Order: sequence, then C-alpha cells, then structure tokens
Amino acid sequence: MAGQNNNLKNIYLYARYERFWHWLQTVLIVLLLITGFEVKGLYSLFGFQTAVKVHNFVGNTWLIAFLFFVFWVFTTGEWRQYVPTTKKMFAVGRYYLYGIFRGETHPVPKRKDAKHNPLQRITYLMLAAILLPVQMVTGLFYWGYNSWPAWGLSGLSLQVVAMIHLAGAFAILSFVIVHLYMITTGHTILAHTRAMITGWEEVEDLDTVEDWEVKTKAA
Amino acid sequence: MKMLKTRKLMNAGLALGLLLAWSLVAHAATSTAEQAPGRTMAQQATRDKQLWITADHSKHEVLQQTFTSGPEVTRACLSCHSEAAKQFHKTIHWTWLDPNVAPEERVGKAGLSINNFCIALHGSYPRCTSCHAGYGWKDMSFDFSDQTKVDCLVCHEQTGTYKKFPAGAGNPAPKTMVFKGNNKTYHPPEWNKVAQSVGRPTRKNCGTCHFFGGGGDGVKHGDMDSSLMKPSKELDVHMGIDGKNFDCVRCHTTDLHRIAGRTYATPAATERKSLVEDDTIAKITCESCHTDTPHKPGSKPNDHTDKVACQSCHIPEFARVNPTKMWWDWSRAGQKKDGKPFKKKGELGKPVYFTLKGDMAWAKNVKPQYYWYNGSITAITANDMVDPGQPVQINMPVGSQDDPSSRISPFKVHRGKQPYDKVNKTLLIPHLFGKKGSGAYWADWDWKQALESGSSKAGTKFSGEFDFVETAYVFPITHMVAPKEKTLGCTECHSGTDSRLAHLKGFYMPARDTFKVIDFAGWGVVLACLAGVLIHALGRIFTKGNGRKEN
Repeated sequence: MAGQNNNLKNIYLYARYERFWHWLQTVLIVLLLITGFEVKGLYSLFGFQTAVKVHNFVGNTWLIAFLFFVFWVFTTGEWRQYVPTTKKMFAVGRYYLYGIFRGETHPVPKRKDAKHNPLQRITYLMLAAILLPVQMVTGLFYWGYNSWPAWGLSGLSLQVVAMIHLAGAFAILSFVIVHLYMITTGHTILAHTRAMITGWEEVEDLDTVEDWEVKTKAA
Repeated sequence: MKMLKTRKLMNAGLALGLLLAWSLVAHAATSTAEQAPGRTMAQQATRDKQLWITADHSKHEVLQQTFTSGPEVTRACLSCHSEAAKQFHKTIHWTWLDPNVAPEERVGKAGLSINNFCIALHGSYPRCTSCHAGYGWKDMSFDFSDQTKVDCLVCHEQTGTYKKFPAGAGNPAPKTMVFKGNNKTYHPPEWNKVAQSVGRPTRKNCGTCHFFGGGGDGVKHGDMDSSLMKPSKELDVHMGIDGKNFDCVRCHTTDLHRIAGRTYATPAATERKSLVEDDTIAKITCESCHTDTPHKPGSKPNDHTDKVACQSCHIPEFARVNPTKMWWDWSRAGQKKDGKPFKKKGELGKPVYFTLKGDMAWAKNVKPQYYWYNGSITAITANDMVDPGQPVQINMPVGSQDDPSSRISPFKVHRGKQPYDKVNKTLLIPHLFGKKGSGAYWADWDWKQALESGSSKAGTKFSGEFDFVETAYVFPITHMVAPKEKTLGCTECHSGTDSRLAHLKGFYMPARDTFKVIDFAGWGVVLACLAGVLIHALGRIFTKGNGRKEN
C-alpha cells in the first residue's frame, strides 16, 4: 500500500510517551463514555453500580495521568504545537471540503516540529485546554459531591455540575466520531493509525517547511 | 546504548507503576471493612440469652397470695417496685397523649387525633382500650391517677397465657366468655402463674397490642404484624429467630418506663448519634449501633446516609409475610345479606367487604412511598378544618430537602374514605362499638346517630350534615429490615423510567433526572457529526479523491 508514492519519506513523528498517552487516553475515554452514558441511564451494560465504580476510577485515573501530560507538554516545549494560527487555516479547510475530493495534496504536511495543521492546532488546544479540563473538574466535583462542604463548595449546584459534565460528554463523543473519521484521511486509510502505533509517519518529501509552521520561538 | 534502553524501560515502568499505585490506593480503602463498634456491642449484649435480672419472681411471697383481679396483682408489684406506677403514669403508654404538646390541645389517641381506621376511640372505649396498659378505661371517667389501675402484666408476664378481653376496657375476661367479634373464647388468667412469670418484655408482650393495631393482624403498620412474633432472618434481620433474635426492647430501650421510639410531633431521636459517641443514648435509630458510615469505607452507600434513611434501601418491601390493609372505605359500610351483616374474603384471605366496616383492600410485599422526613410527623385533629375538595392528608411526615436533618424515608400510606362534617369542614368521630340503642353504628346502623353520639362523647362539633371524604394516613416503615443481600439496587431509584423517588422533585439525581435541552442538542451534534463524516466519506469514495492512489 504505502511507499508507492516516491515522494514519501518516513519520519519519526510521535515519541513513545506521546503514543502511550494517546492510547491510554483512548482507553480511558472509551471507558468513560460507555460507563458515563450508562450512569446517565441510557442503557444497562455493566450494571449501574459497576458503571459508577468504573467511571469514578477511570475518571480519577485520567485526571492524574493528565497532570503528567501537562508536565510533559510544558517541559518538552511541545506546547508550541498547540499555539493556534490562522495561517493556512482557510487552505486546510478548503482542502477537507474540496481539495480532498480532487486528489490534491494536503496544504500543510506533517513535520516533526509541526505535527498539527491549523485546524488541528485550534481543535486540540480547545480540547486539551478547555474541554478536557472542564470535564475533569466537573467530574471531580461530581465525584466529590459529599465533600463539598469540606471543600468550601457548599454553594455549588449538582444540577449545574451534572449539566456541564453531560454537555462535555456529548462534545467529546462528537470529537471522537470526527477524529475516528479524520484518521482515515491520510495518504492511505491506515497511515495515520500506523503512525500513532509505531511513531513513524510517511509524509510528502518536501524540502522546506514554512517558517510559521516551525515551533514558535519563545519571545 | 544499553544504558539508554534501560532508562527507557524505567520510564515506561514508572508510568505503569504510578497507575498501579493509584489503583492500589483506590482499592485499599475498600478492603479494610470493619464492623462498627456499636454493632459489636449489640451483638455481645444479645449473645447471652439467660435470665439477666437478679430476681426470680416465683420465689416472692407477695406473688404467692390469691389474686382475683389485675389491680390486686399491681398492688403486689408496687409493694417492691414503689415508683413503677408513678413512672408509668407519665408515659404515652398510659396517657395516650403526646407528652410534648399541651394537654388542652388533645393530641393523641386519648385526645382528638384521628386516623382512617376506626377513626378515634371516643364512644368505642371498651373495645379500643382493650389495648390500654391499664384496667377499666371504659369511659371519660377513668381515673388516670390510680396506681393500681396500671396493667403490669400485659407487658411483663412471660407465660403467654395472659389475654385482655377484646371489649373489656383493658380487663381480662372476669369469667370464661366468648367475644362475638371473633367468636373466640377468653378465659380469666391464672393470676399467680402470670404474676410469678414476670420479666423483661419480649416480642410477644409488645406484639399483643402493636401487631394488631387497628383491630386485627397487620391492619395498621405494614411493617409490624404477627409474623414478627417468630420472624425469620429473611423477614427481619435483627429479630430473626434464626439470627440475632432481638426483642423489641433491644432497640426500644427504656428509661424509667419511658420507651424510646414513639413518633408524634417529637422525633424518636433528635440527634444522630451512635453508641460509639455516647453510650447513654437510646438504641432507637439504626445509627445508634451502625453509625452513619456503616458500609465499607469509601463505598458509595456511605455517601447516601446524609440524605437517605437506612430503611429506604434496607426495607425493600413491607408486609412480606402477612398482608396489610391499604384501603378502607367507610362509605360502603352497612350493606347486609338477608338482613344480616356479612363478610366477604378476598384473595389474600382477608375481608374485602365487611358490613361493619365497608370496602377494604389488602396487599402483601408492598413497596413503600418515600418522603423527606426529619423524624417528626404532623397530624390534624377532629378540630382542624380540612379541604374536602381533595384527599385529606390526616398526618404527614415533616421534612424537606433543604432541611439538613431530613432524610428520604419509607412510609406506608393507608387510604380510605371516612365521614366529615359538610358544614364545619372537619373530620368526624363516629360512635362505632356499643349496645343497640346507644347510637353505635355497629348496633344501630345509622351514621347520623353514630356521628352525633361520637361527637358528643368526644366534645367536638357536628352540624348534622355529613358526607365521606378520601383521606390518607402515613406510617413510618422501620421494621422488617431485610438481610443485606436483599437491599435495594441503585436503579430502584436511579432510573429515568421507574424510580421509586420519581415524585420527589426539586433536586438533581443521577440517572433519574436529565437535561432535555442538553440531550436534544447533544444528540443533535453527535448525529450531525455522524452524518457529516458519512457524507464526506461517500464523497471521497465517489470522487476517488483521497485514497485515489491505486492499491
């Protein structure tokens, strides 16, 4: 399948921790979605009590693991991959809405120091900086409901916390659907998946990367 | 190179190790389940079933004399237990009045409190007062200060042969007699035998009255009936004779003849304390022995004890052996067959029609109804105005979700129809039991006369115009605690379709409640995403755009 295009070259894109983090999150998110919607009362799979226990445990696990990710993203400078930009955003949007059907090449190929295209940058920033923290914080509050007075949160409303948490769950589920689809848009259906497993991604062999794509230098 | 590899392995190991450590921390809390010290104390106290009082009453000379009546026995008791009658006179068992309300308000059975069973005792004294722990309360003239009128035996005798005559105003049958109400023969007690047998009250002593409240087995409470005389552990995990075999007084602890647990306006326990915190408290609440964190440390049920009473989950259904009465329609009373009163039995072997009483409905394995409850029950009396336009709530648990001392608690709700005054808008007290010509409904079959007679005896107003109104009466459910395997599962309440707490509004409960707007919008976005990627994928397939490269 791969390798038929002579312009492709293999680059090592995802470090081991990144891949571990990605797949760990995959497992955690799937478990949380399944158990979360069971706790919501949508279906009966594990049984309510088990679903609650699994959801609580996995949620707390994610929260702790996420702190390690935050540490990693800042100490490695990888946070720069998430700095949003509008440059070529339109081109990327145009590509997915039009160019992709015409067989055009991606306007922003992946590079070791520019893993994300402008749409990914904004999406992942929103995800990692807003949606996931909101989901974790509301989840933590939900889980700690009985400790609110001790935490000085007596004024909090469980209804509001639950509502935000549910809205967040829908947002994450929507993200998962689109994400699962988008990973099939590499030069082969499984190219992106392979990259996230092995770390190696085949990319267009271009000599230069435009300046803006390179990690933003700290001012 | 080798060093580098080792370090990489260590890094991976560290990540896994942290996760493992977290999971251990999370589970360590649940594996050290210890039993509450109060529970251990209760078990120790009940392990030894031997006589634990220091006297053998059959050896007391004073009890070997010839007795011919109850008061004579009482006099003998008082010759040693000098303060007993004075103590007892202050208790609700004697006064039948709420001790915490001014006597002129007449709250209590002896006052103007009303239920939707036989309604009130005025005019039917000798029948109702057959459950009074006294001798001879046959009318208003009863002398409540007479110490010899206290019936020590009904609570303390242990032969099981002592019976009060059902229409004897608290007296046993003076000679062998048949009670027409049940066609049973009643004999006078063997006074010496019963007097010498006295001891601490057992289930049978208490049950003689309390299992038969409302005039028959299981009529009133739902969680108390004759099945608790010798219950299985399955029926009551504490009282089960194949289990801990608790007597009533194991929890209904007694202080100078005041027995813990009666609930009128004043809660049975005002503080939530366990024996671990204070060993002088009455063991009347579950928490007295089990504490407020009785489940495995860190487990979710412990998080419920602030808002949900233990009974709500641990008594999944009441009346699990004998049926209990759920409906009593007095307006249908009085129909006769061949000019005579008749009874018609229903499926559960209990009367569903009785000329004296009207229509009745019984049920077994009843799911309780749940209310916020702070231990206090408010009730109306025969003087209170009611709204006959809707079912009248005769009594009601007090509490709300905003009250920190309220918890969601289970209740039996007994409904029925009973007479009310159309002009004064009050519930009426009928004279039911009595001789022909006395005005008693069960003798003369005339509601108006019965209501006039009852009202005049009770000292309440009656305009002469009456009709029947639907009423409801609640009983807290607290007995018949099931073994833990039978505890309610989460989804009995945490369910959007058939939650037992569906009617309790005003607070959010996971799974029971949801957010329609978020659901609608959420599923809308999810479906839009699915549709979007599907259309996009079809587009790619048909244009052979992406994935165009032959493979």
